[in-house]
Amino acid sequence: MGPMKWVLGAICLCVPMFVMAQNTITGVVKDKAFDEPLPGASVVIKGTATGTTTDFDGNYEIQAALGDILLFSYVGFKSIEIEVDGTAIDVALEEDTAQLDEVVLIGYGSTTKKDATGAVIGVTEEELNKGFIASPQDLLIGKAAGVNITTSGGAPGSGSEIRIRGGASLDASNAPLIIIDDVPLDNSNNPGSRNVFDFINPADISSFTVLKDASATAIYGSRASNGVIIITTKKGVSGDLKFNFGTSASVSSVKEDLDVLSAGQFRDIIQQRYPNRVSELGNASTDWQDEIFKSAVGTDTNFSVRGGIWGIPFRASVGHTEQDGILRTEALQRTTASVNLSPKLFDDKLRIQINARGSYSENNFADTNAIFNAIQFDPTRPVFDAALPGGFFDYYEPNGTPTANTVANPLALLLLRENRSNVRRLVANAKFDYQFHFFPDITATLNLGIDKSNADGVDNQPETLSTQRITQGLFSNYGQDEENKLLDFYLKYTKELEKWNTRFDLTAGYSYQNFFDNQFTSSVRGDGIGGTTIDDIILESNLQSYFGRANLILADKYLFTFTYRRDGSSRFGGDNRWGNFPAAAFAWNVSDENFLKDSKSISNLKLRLGWGVTGQQDVIQGNDTQPYLPQFAPSLNGASVQFGQDANGNPIFVSSLRAQPFDANIKWEETTTYNIGLDFGLFDNVLSGAVELYYRETEDLLSTVNIPIGSNLSNRLPTNIGSLTNQGVEVTLNAKILDREDLTWDLGFNYAYNENTVDQLFLTDNAGGAGIPVAGTLLVGFGGDDGAQYHIIDEPTRSYLVYVQAYNSDGLPIPGTVVDLNGDGFINSLDRRPFQQAAPLVNLGLNSRVNWKNWDMSFSMRASLGNYNYNGIEVQNGTFANVDIGQDLRNVTSATVINGFDDYIDEVTFSDFFVQDASFLRLDNINLGYTFGNVFNDSSRLRVFSTLQNVLVVTDYEGLDPEVPNGIDRNIFPRPFITQLGLSLDF
Amino acid sequence: MRSKHHFMIILAFLSILVFYGCTDDLDAIDTNNLNSENVFEDEESYIQFLAKLYAGLDQTGQQAPIGQPDLIGFTEGSSSYIRLWWALNEFPADELKWRFNDPGLRAIVFQSWTSGNDFFSVIYSRIFFQISQTNEFLRQTAPEVLDGRGVSENLRSQIDIYRAEARFLRAMAYYHTLELFGGNVPFVTEEDSPGAFFPEQTTGAQLFAYVESELLEIEGQLVAVGQHEYGRVDKGAAWTLLAKLYLNAEVFIGEGRYGDCITYCNEVLNAGYVLEPQYADLFKADNNRSNEIIFPVTFDGVNSRSFGVMYSLINGTLDSNIIQSDPEAFGTNTGGFAALTAKETFVDLFEFMGDDPFNDSPDVRASFFFKDGHSVDIPSEPIGSSFQEGFGYTKFRNIKRDGTPGQSSDFPDVDFPLFRLADVHLMYAEAFLRGGGGSESEALDLINDLRERAYGDTSGNVATLDLDFIIDERGRELGWEGHRRMDLVRFGRFTGGDYLWDWKGGAQNGTSISGHLRIFPLPSSDISVNPNLTQNPGY
Repeated sequence: MGPMKWVLGAICLCVPMFVMAQNTITGVVKDKAFDEPLPGASVVIKGTATGTTTDFDGNYEIQAALGDILLFSYVGFKSIEIEVDGTAIDVALEEDTAQLDEVVLIGYGSTTKKDATGAVIGVTEEELNKGFIASPQDLLIGKAAGVNITTSGGAPGSGSEIRIRGGASLDASNAPLIIIDDVPLDNSNNPGSRNVFDFINPADISSFTVLKDASATAIYGSRASNGVIIITTKKGVSGDLKFNFGTSASVSSVKEDLDVLSAGQFRDIIQQRYPNRVSELGNASTDWQDEIFKSAVGTDTNFSVRGGIWGIPFRASVGHTEQDGILRTEALQRTTASVNLSPKLFDDKLRIQINARGSYSENNFADTNAIFNAIQFDPTRPVFDAALPGGFFDYYEPNGTPTANTVANPLALLLLRENRSNVRRLVANAKFDYQFHFFPDITATLNLGIDKSNADGVDNQPETLSTQRITQGLFSNYGQDEENKLLDFYLKYTKELEKWNTRFDLTAGYSYQNFFDNQFTSSVRGDGIGGTTIDDIILESNLQSYFGRANLILADKYLFTFTYRRDGSSRFGGDNRWGNFPAAAFAWNVSDENFLKDSKSISNLKLRLGWGVTGQQDVIQGNDTQPYLPQFAPSLNGASVQFGQDANGNPIFVSSLRAQPFDANIKWEETTTYNIGLDFGLFDNVLSGAVELYYRETEDLLSTVNIPIGSNLSNRLPTNIGSLTNQGVEVTLNAKILDREDLTWDLGFNYAYNENTVDQLFLTDNAGGAGIPVAGTLLVGFGGDDGAQYHIIDEPTRSYLVYVQAYNSDGLPIPGTVVDLNGDGFINSLDRRPFQQAAPLVNLGLNSRVNWKNWDMSFSMRASLGNYNYNGIEVQNGTFANVDIGQDLRNVTSATVINGFDDYIDEVTFSDFFVQDASFLRLDNINLGYTFGNVFNDSSRLRVFSTLQNVLVVTDYEGLDPEVPNGIDRNIFPRPFITQLGLSLDF
Repeated sequence: MRSKHHFMIILAFLSILVFYGCTDDLDAIDTNNLNSENVFEDEESYIQFLAKLYAGLDQTGQQAPIGQPDLIGFTEGSSSYIRLWWALNEFPADELKWRFNDPGLRAIVFQSWTSGNDFFSVIYSRIFFQISQTNEFLRQTAPEVLDGRGVSENLRSQIDIYRAEARFLRAMAYYHTLELFGGNVPFVTEEDSPGAFFPEQTTGAQLFAYVESELLEIEGQLVAVGQHEYGRVDKGAAWTLLAKLYLNAEVFIGEGRYGDCITYCNEVLNAGYVLEPQYADLFKADNNRSNEIIFPVTFDGVNSRSFGVMYSLINGTLDSNIIQSDPEAFGTNTGGFAALTAKETFVDLFEFMGDDPFNDSPDVRASFFFKDGHSVDIPSEPIGSSFQEGFGYTKFRNIKRDGTPGQSSDFPDVDFPLFRLADVHLMYAEAFLRGGGGSESEALDLINDLRERAYGDTSGNVATLDLDFIIDERGRELGWEGHRRMDLVRFGRFTGGDYLWDWKGGAQNGTSISGHLRIFPLPSSDISVNPNLTQNPGY
């Protein structure tokens, strides 16, 4: 502290002083949000060159006359002007989120918002979703234009489907590349873990940066086609130790049940329609959904400390989350810990960032088949029957064997099956930035990272379960070991040529990543038949890259960026091993031109043009890490063949070896993106935002397509075939509707329109109108290739291919009757036509934050338009055929009685009646908080808050929840309504 | 300042390490998995690869009973080769009823199928899976490839036999396309390396000639009858397939080859096969002991588990009533899934006391009917009808001759008798009647061998033969074994209106159906991706 004051004194001496009724003004400049001093803030008398900066404790001292105006400013904060009317002026500066000096992450470096050329969105901590959030990606839902996140259901900590601009791929992964603190994550989901990100404590996250267009993402080359999300965690700061303790409790409850027939209604239906089966009815009256769902509680506790120890800024945190699902036995317990150290050495020439975060989670997975079984289990049957195995009612023959082709008791599935896992994960990196002492224009960066995880789990289905009666139980163990290593090394040269009014920087580097994943399962039947089946898979791949970037800034107004990446992947062979990914961008800070410089209304205007080529290399099929080589798959236990017998007449078995389909010329997908963006700020950035227009074309799609039969070793082959385009518009608007001392209101709005079209799918050009069925979209029946969704040329991906339902004069569907569309007198598959799409056309987000004195209030809502669901629940359970499809009697939905569908024929299951508009408006969360200052001392604050989540859904959709991954509505874990109460204490 | 230099040295060192140390990792072959670069280092791999060609007849993936499927996009359990081949030869015919509404099944049962029917895309993909795997096997065992790998003398001595067996299995797969699709299918051999190209379409006549030449060529390389391991192809299997090819030549290529049929029937008849003394033992868990079976598709409740043809033929014919009627008789306690019952036309083939099907029959082959609570006819539309409509028929049972059950209560040990001697007896007689030569007394003896086994004495023997008797006797002897549709086609009874059975053409009492239905359409899924293909006439 001493030397600092000395330096400040020296600076003061240099400042020319005009002595004119001068007073000595003193005060402290603080950060309004954290109530912490801001060292180095500038204090200047307006209209003069007279000024000073604050010391380490935020103190300043300046000579000024009464009536002078003091201008307080600090990078990243809004400046304040205050008239001198005394001798002590304390100021609290507020962070300026719209600041043009805001740092923007761009991959292997950063730039400022003003100098950025790509389509990049940053979402800071205070803009993120509030509430009881166990999965980091839930923080970002509805916050960024063009980023659509659909949770896979209401299970605690469940994963999500993240789509940036609609997804550039068809069958290959459409998930963006996720980078946490400079470590790119392997996107594959792991057995035993719920979610790729569940090792990150959401409370540790300080911001998300989304790179959307190719000029921003191309530096990540072969993995960048679906966009990049960079997660930045909270870092250490120097100064006194600051602590934060936060805890909250939540109650999750079932929002709505699926409407199925009650016991009484079901009895009536059986009497009417199946009189010869009345004797099979039970005497109970059971609401099966009531039996399997419950209200669930959760707690979340975090503790963090940050500050300097021995001069090293650090932050450490621990967190513990416990959350039960609303489906019985579903539970998540997770403990996380993280450490960040940010030392600076050698006169700050060497800056080091060390991040390590670990998590340990214990999961209990409920058998989600119970949800589906609860919908259809005979409501006249009791839950329990003490005389039967396990004490639950199930269908058994008189000899004690389970009756084949019956639905299993859903509660028994939940309570008797034990499926739990323990997952440990560590992600750590150390990054060294070294500014050359003898050549300060050059910085060298070395980044070493590791991502290690280990999981083990058991899945025990005892013989008391009717489904495992014959096997006498099925007992499995599973596990996983993953280790991904990373090394990045790059040099950056920065130079300013004042003579030419030009700045430029050059970055060039190398990256090495190795991915190792071992997945193991073993299972054994209780009767020992077949012995122990072991499946042990190792996936290993290697990715090495050279990359470079040049930024050229002319006159602070004309910005040029060129990037180039060359990726080599072990997944591809020969000439396809290395791929090149160039990009270029130009931006023009229009508002810096003379004709706008002094504009009162336009405070910022920037035009951006970008072009780039990116890739997608996610081709792993099963354990096929080198798909260009002929691969062989050995058979497991029980899949052998008898070749003769031994001397005693006992058969001899030979295990088998299958040649796998392969494409010697397989390579990455290539996506070319064109982007036009306009950033603007109006009325001193009271209203700011961006408009983006893009066109993105993917060629050589990695898809698993029907190949001409006979041309390869199976009926489908993962290969490069076909192309698709995405084009759209995105609008982001941020408004500071109110900005007063004790009342602020920020409103954020985003809009995204995306149109997706499949251009080609086959080797032939003349297969127009043809499509390929999307796997997993056939819900009824147990054979066949067909499904409700198809990828069809000239249509969006995942279009529905369905019949036109015929209706009677009352507007009710005529069951089994569809329109003979081509008029050939027959109803066959040629009468099915493409109809609507699963993905939304439009996504809208609206976020509001109000601070009034010590109160804060926020809400977040979003809408999705043009997305249609295939209501699989109604297809399967809304048809009378379901009642007697098996040897038991099965319940149907209440709608069945109205619609009258009675058979599982294609004219019913593929009727457009079941393709329903699932556009929706969802109020995701409402949050209210109150902050008490000075709880035990000046710098302690206590915030208490309450959040309501999943408050309201407005939709015409007839199913339980319109938001369904990929539009296939079946067996979804219902999203609960969550009420949360919590407190956060800073001290 | 010294430490600064140290840091620079470390940086420099690391960059060298990076640039020169790791690029090899990219070129490393992934040794964790089996690929063409490493799998054949173990010579066991050759016989394991051959085993896959046999496994392809009933299994559907590399995991039992399902898992790691061979074909993508189908429900794996119902994509078994012989199960589907069996289904397409039985479901549209007059022997049995399957009552569940699998996708596409209604059209199969009512002979109203179109090219989009799932059954066709699955069996077609399955047959070509078998062909492609065989082609790869032949490529990987080509002499010059083996030279390059320097394989042992021991393997050298066996490999020609392996290759001949593989070519038999491929010839049989192409033979099945003659039966099902008229042979107008894509044609690929080991000359066509895997890729994504458009295979050329062949014709029935070309394919007939190819299958014939392949079988004649490998006949000499195959192991002699009785000398080979059980479950593997020997000369007997090749002769039987040749006999079948020639018997059906008039259907396939419009040219009778009955003399050639007699020739190869004689080869089989003189090879030492013996009719199983007890008919019922042919379909039991230890039928691998039978000397009548020429080529089986093997199943094992422990080591070869699949949802293949034996799984559905045993569990599908049972319900709890049948099992409770004689709990030890079926060797399964799964409760059955009650799918298959007999059509009246099948019951009517047999002789019953007093001409009443509810009475006993002197023919042991009619002893498998289950009649309690069942009707003999099928008054309701078959799909979705009650299991009690139509007699039960439980010829296949997962018990051994000594009455003890098979190893597993859900997956049977019973092998499927794809080729057996009784069929050759019937083929000889039929080829004789169709003018192929041979002797009438020989034909009569061969038929009466079967009759004596069925009746237990000579009371059922016949003195004269005609074709109408032959097709009925084929129904009685080979009932539910997957022969029926081809038999009806060969006798001109499948299409047209001369011969009807319940629900033929979708009408309760049966109705005439168009002649183009004699062969199935090529699946539309392949027509749309292979411009070289022309659809079968009428579709």
